[in-house]
Amino acid sequence: MLRFIFTRLSLVVPTFIGITLLVFVLIRLIPGDPIETMAGERGIDPARHAQLLKEYGFDQPVLVQYGLYLSRLVHGDLGRSIVTHEPVISEFQTLFPATIELSVCAILFALCLGLPAGVIAAVRRNSIFDHGVMGISLTGYSMPIFWWGLLLILLFSVQLGWTPVSGRIAVQYYIEPVTGFLLIDALLAGDVGAFRSALSHLVLPMIVLGTVPLAVIARMTRSAMLEVLGEDYIRTARAKGLPRWRVIAIHALRNALIPVVTVIGLQVGVLFTGAILTETIFSWPGVGKWLIEAINRRDYPVLQGGTLLIGTIVMVVNLLVDVTYGLINPRIRYTR
Amino acid sequence: MSAEALETSDVVAQAGAPPHPLVQFWSDFRANFGAVAGLVVIVVLVLLALLADVVAPHSPVLTNNAAFLKPPFWQQGGSTAYPLGTDAIGRDILSRLIHGARLSLLIGIAVVTLSVVTGTVLGLVAGFFRGVTEVAIMRLMDITLTLPSLLLAIVIVAILGPGLMNAMLAVAIVLLPHYVRIARAAVISEVSKDYVIAAKVAGAGRLRLMFKEVLPNCTAPLIVQATLGISTAILDAAALGFLGLGAQPPLPEWGTMLADAREFVLRAWWVVTLPGLAILVTVLAFNLLGDGLRDALDPKLKR
Repeated sequence: MLRFIFTRLSLVVPTFIGITLLVFVLIRLIPGDPIETMAGERGIDPARHAQLLKEYGFDQPVLVQYGLYLSRLVHGDLGRSIVTHEPVISEFQTLFPATIELSVCAILFALCLGLPAGVIAAVRRNSIFDHGVMGISLTGYSMPIFWWGLLLILLFSVQLGWTPVSGRIAVQYYIEPVTGFLLIDALLAGDVGAFRSALSHLVLPMIVLGTVPLAVIARMTRSAMLEVLGEDYIRTARAKGLPRWRVIAIHALRNALIPVVTVIGLQVGVLFTGAILTETIFSWPGVGKWLIEAINRRDYPVLQGGTLLIGTIVMVVNLLVDVTYGLINPRIRYTR
Repeated sequence: MSAEALETSDVVAQAGAPPHPLVQFWSDFRANFGAVAGLVVIVVLVLLALLADVVAPHSPVLTNNAAFLKPPFWQQGGSTAYPLGTDAIGRDILSRLIHGARLSLLIGIAVVTLSVVTGTVLGLVAGFFRGVTEVAIMRLMDITLTLPSLLLAIVIVAILGPGLMNAMLAVAIVLLPHYVRIARAAVISEVSKDYVIAAKVAGAGRLRLMFKEVLPNCTAPLIVQATLGISTAILDAAALGFLGLGAQPPLPEWGTMLADAREFVLRAWWVVTLPGLAILVTVLAFNLLGDGLRDALDPKLKR
């Protein structure tokens, strides 16, 4: 098992270096030199320009610049935002919990609906319920979620007035950040009103972001269950006279969950893609909205640092999923 | 020697007489209701796109100062002159949707063609040459896959500048790893087969082996992935358009139309609802078609 983990870990290092290289090269591809870009349309006088070039190390050969970039990275320095002059890393740290809170709730939403729907669809194969679940999940999978969000706002916020249109909490509440997750912080502060407000702000973005994972989980659960239900040991369990629900919920589901767990892990990338769109629609103060604003303001250090951080996080989560998969399914460990 | 071999193989083919692969494929495909529905929708869309200039009642870009935000004809205040209403500067929504179909299909096909061709060549090269070349290509693809797809596309567009062409290029790069992986995997499983060894012994060069012998036997998974890729391409390009990084106004791209319509969500449901519905229906149709093709082309799934 240790060997398996080490082989997986050894693959992570080149990938990480690759991501830093990609991000470094991409930003260098922007026409014009970085100082001019930072100065923007106001321009900059030549003496100051030369001084800044030297200060940031842009007069060095590209390889040296990459080395400098890496050594700054190792020290946790991802540069400063051109607009706010705040360190990129600290901006990321403030905004990231909002994205995590939204993503975790979205995945929970997807699991709570997707798992039972997939199981029931598999058990009642070819029934109306099965066809319904498959049809709805293919529709969910094809959904342009930026439009789906607008539709939900139109129905629940505008027509019915049940939920707020945007933001994370109503302005009258201030919750001292402890964990960064508003739902938990509100409960810790014992403020029920704030908790309800945060929850009502969360519902629509959660549904929007959870839609694609929901579709994927329902489809995956169904096909994994169908495969497992055809196995001999299931027939044996039934022949022993075990109750039907026990065979399905305990014998079959446990094995069917293995591929489902992997799929959930692999949804991290999908969640970030979705978070960029969802946060933009609902003005949710997370890293997705932050990156889009960075592009609109041509704030390249933020774009560079944010991309690197998100890429690294996705990579680490994928690694964890791989290792967990090896832990729960010994067959994988030995065939690699 | 070779003439003789050809004759024998002819005889064998006639004696067994299984149905022609295309006939077999069609009968499998036809049994799948969803796939046929998807195909019908796509045919209609293609016709609309080709005949957009004839079918569309108005110009997609011409504005009418007398008809701002007119509702569809079945609502009070609507008229059959603008069957699906008008947008905030008096352009006919139906005409914009029809011309948008042209753009979206073009985006889907162009992006996937670029991606499939480049990806197949890279995958063939990786699968054939192995060693350092393979490691370099596959590592690069792994890195591309690690970054969330839309994020990578956004970074690329941020560097190249917003616009339809750059957005298409970005989406093509994002889709690339899938085709490289499929082509490489197929090549690796084919290369050790007898017919490839036979061709090698017969003196076929590397290029001939790659493109004439191996490639035709890897097409099925590539076709399926390409069909599904069209739906991803349309969806991602629309998302970029929605974020203001893709097609720029006044182009009637569906995602861009939605971005324009966002601020009118409170006053005019039709400017928001209809372009998104067009995206959903198109993407769904390509996904249904792709699923159907996979079921009909994959011998492992056959009943």
